[in-house]
Amino acid sequence: MIVPLSHVLILSGIIFSLGLGCLLAWRSNIIMMLIGIEIMLNAAILAFVGGSAGWGNADGQIFAIFIIAMTSAEVSLALALVVYLHRRRKTVDSDAFNGLGE
Amino acid sequence: MEQIIFYILALVVVVATLFAITERHPVHAIVYLATSFFGLAVIFYLLAAPLAAVFEVIIYAGAIMVLFLFVIMMLDLGHPERMKRPGFRDWWPALALCIIIAGSFASLAVSPVHEAYAAPVPTGIRDFAHTLFRNYGIAVEIVSFQLLFALVGALYLGRRK
Repeated sequence: MIVPLSHVLILSGIIFSLGLGCLLAWRSNIIMMLIGIEIMLNAAILAFVGGSAGWGNADGQIFAIFIIAMTSAEVSLALALVVYLHRRRKTVDSDAFNGLGE
Repeated sequence: MEQIIFYILALVVVVATLFAITERHPVHAIVYLATSFFGLAVIFYLLAAPLAAVFEVIIYAGAIMVLFLFVIMMLDLGHPERMKRPGFRDWWPALALCIIIAGSFASLAVSPVHEAYAAPVPTGIRDFAHTLFRNYGIAVEIVSFQLLFALVGALYLGRRK
């Protein structure tokens, strides 16, 4: 381990809180909300890889790969939803999508 | 040497992420985010996970960011003057939660921790595949189903009436 595990976890926590701040602050823009989710998932991957390096086995890296696969599925669906919503209302402002029917 | 590179890359990642979340132009935000992901990939390499680093570059910086760029350009969202900037009313819950998280990390950092970890052994693709398909075979199946469902869902949502 080149640096203490706590430093890796602190970096991961900083990135996670930045992503959380992005998600909460840009509530009016769906694209920026998705970017915030990406940043948070990257922080989780960093924590897994750091733990894998700290304890010297490959399981953390495998979960990092699973998170990457899950994220690609999530992003493809979420962007398809963004395109669908933009086709209906011509905007990506999440305040515009406040009705169930229509 | 590796320690210095790690801290420099950590700084690069945090600054690039900070620029990405405060940038009004979505395309600029995506480019900053790709920079942050490249830095994170090199950090993974330093943490003895070359395979995770490679997947980070190929899938995150290569595929997902390009997908974001594609959607932004297809929907013509690259006009920052038309975008609402979040005001203080939008920022304060995020700031409050970030201060709480920072406080918990500060309390973690000052508490004494005795760390005795194994020496880093770079995981080769042989060990990796061994662990992946022997211990987590069912998870591989579940993830492949999930990707299939995402494909079907994206096709359903993207169809034209």
